[in-house]
Amino acid sequence: MSGFSVTEPSKRQKWISGLLVITYALVTLMPLLWIIATGFKSPSDSIAYPPKIVFQPTLEGYVNLFTTQTRITPNMKDTLPAPNNWYEQIVRDKNMVIAGPSRYGQRFLNSIIIGFGSTFLSIFLGTLAAYAFSRFKVPIKDDLLFFILSTRMMPPIAVAIPIFLMYRQLGLSDTYLGMILLYTAVNLSLSVWLLKGFIDEIPLEYEEAALIDGYTRFQAFYKVVLPQAATGIASTAIFCLIFAWNEYAFAVLLTSGEAQTAPPFIPTIIGVGGQDWPAVAAGTTIFLLPVMIFTIFLRKHLLRGITFGAVRK
Amino acid sequence: MSGKAVDGIAKMPPPDIARKVKGLSDRAIAWIFIAPTIFLLLAINIFPLIWTIRLSFTNFRANRFNAEVKWIGLRNYERILSDPDIWQTMQATAHFLFWTLFFQVLIGFALAYLINKKFKGNDLWTTLIVLPMMLSPAVVGNFWTFLYQPQIGLFNYVVGFFSGVDPSSFSMIGSVNLAPWAIVIVDTWMWTPFVMLICLAGLRSIPDTIYEAAECDRASKWRQFWTITIPMVLPFLMLAVLFRGIENFKMFDLVVQLTGGGPGSITELTSINLKREAFEKWRTGYASAYAVILFVTIFGLASIYVKALNKVKER
Repeated sequence: MSGFSVTEPSKRQKWISGLLVITYALVTLMPLLWIIATGFKSPSDSIAYPPKIVFQPTLEGYVNLFTTQTRITPNMKDTLPAPNNWYEQIVRDKNMVIAGPSRYGQRFLNSIIIGFGSTFLSIFLGTLAAYAFSRFKVPIKDDLLFFILSTRMMPPIAVAIPIFLMYRQLGLSDTYLGMILLYTAVNLSLSVWLLKGFIDEIPLEYEEAALIDGYTRFQAFYKVVLPQAATGIASTAIFCLIFAWNEYAFAVLLTSGEAQTAPPFIPTIIGVGGQDWPAVAAGTTIFLLPVMIFTIFLRKHLLRGITFGAVRK
Repeated sequence: MSGKAVDGIAKMPPPDIARKVKGLSDRAIAWIFIAPTIFLLLAINIFPLIWTIRLSFTNFRANRFNAEVKWIGLRNYERILSDPDIWQTMQATAHFLFWTLFFQVLIGFALAYLINKKFKGNDLWTTLIVLPMMLSPAVVGNFWTFLYQPQIGLFNYVVGFFSGVDPSSFSMIGSVNLAPWAIVIVDTWMWTPFVMLICLAGLRSIPDTIYEAAECDRASKWRQFWTITIPMVLPFLMLAVLFRGIENFKMFDLVVQLTGGGPGSITELTSINLKREAFEKWRTGYASAYAVILFVTIFGLASIYVKALNKVKER
């Protein structure tokens, strides 16, 4: 900024506040960095006292995460052919052999399927409803919008009881379809509110011009409004995806095998002989990394997303 | 504001446009667009809610199919409200709510205030600070149990390093005195950025000209802070408290992974208690009544709060 301004903080103020904020950031990031580091430790390093900051990195945790293993005797080890690749080597060094893949990959895939499925549905339905709420006169509009928002206030466990009973009756327990519908319903409140805000910001003139040019309402909607709202739709989609990705309460109550997502599964990872912390840390790292990356993309719309559009900046 | 204008135009399209619009009427399109959303919410939110209310008057147990379901009126509600255990979980929830809100508002506002000094690179650091809140609470709770391990955990080690206390001499999640604070610390770690972001938006919404005017009137910085900054940020801060308050009243995933409600039932928040009643003891009718009470409480407190918030905004 050029020139003197009474509201511009002094150099010294900037310096001190920068220092304090960076200190806070480093402290707050420590647990995350620690978990990422633990994923690359050997089991004995992970439980060393004092905690090891410098260690010999290994992929053992990741190998343990993705495989199930059985112990072999030294005699048996000698009779086996040499390991084919690096991960078999790691396992062989511990006197084990790989018995097969673990369930982590499957659970991770479930998270992806359910996350993307429900995001697609809630964006699809949400965009339609948001457009209608934004552009048309709808009777009892405010009540409907409030009703949509209020569904988010219920504690998930409270709704889970009847949903559990209902799903049991309909055969939707522990299925992709059941979880996708459920997460769609939960995310709809967010997507309708956010998208309505984004569509409200698109000037009405564009559509009017299109209507005058002979477009029908539908054409005006998908040829004029949708492209204009693309950024808003994309950021809303990421918020829906992150919610479905992170959700735990419904997942733990309504899924147990087939359709179980990663959050209820990760805490159940136990290694051979005592908690295998590197494997847990590896699973956590892989699971959290996509969200961290998306958060950086969302930077600009973060505030809007987490406050249901109440604060737009 | 703009919504009203939009309504007006949508209601009364200029005649020449109306003639050219082919196909369905606007009203029909509006309903076609809204109906699926409303239908899904009715099926997955409202229908279950009504079912919960109905169940709350019965002695139904979801694990016993053949048992006769009896209508027992308000007996479930009476039992819950006179149960000392429930009051204990309410107390645990109140403790959790109060202290998480207290620390998050304090630290969140302070951070926003500092970031608003616009030092070089503040954008990057803001994004990094925000990371914890975007993560899965259950997974976060799970990995904090590792950090809280008495002998090997990072948290205990750091506390020991700075205070000289033996790291293995205390267990954050195993001790009756410390466990309630263990959950407050993790929730604060995770959600302070949320309050910070909203406060930052509040601070940035204050026009510079107000401060310039105050400067002309020779108001001290201290005075400016209390008469300009705080009142202007207050509506934002209250909004942040509303969001966090509702979320933490419903708190389940983070705490259930962190302490599982223990030791004993010291950190058993209402949602965890409710889950035990509904899905471990299978007292479905009783748990339904419990759920109704929780929902009414959240809804009631939130509406009173929103009224207060609107009053503050009007000022």
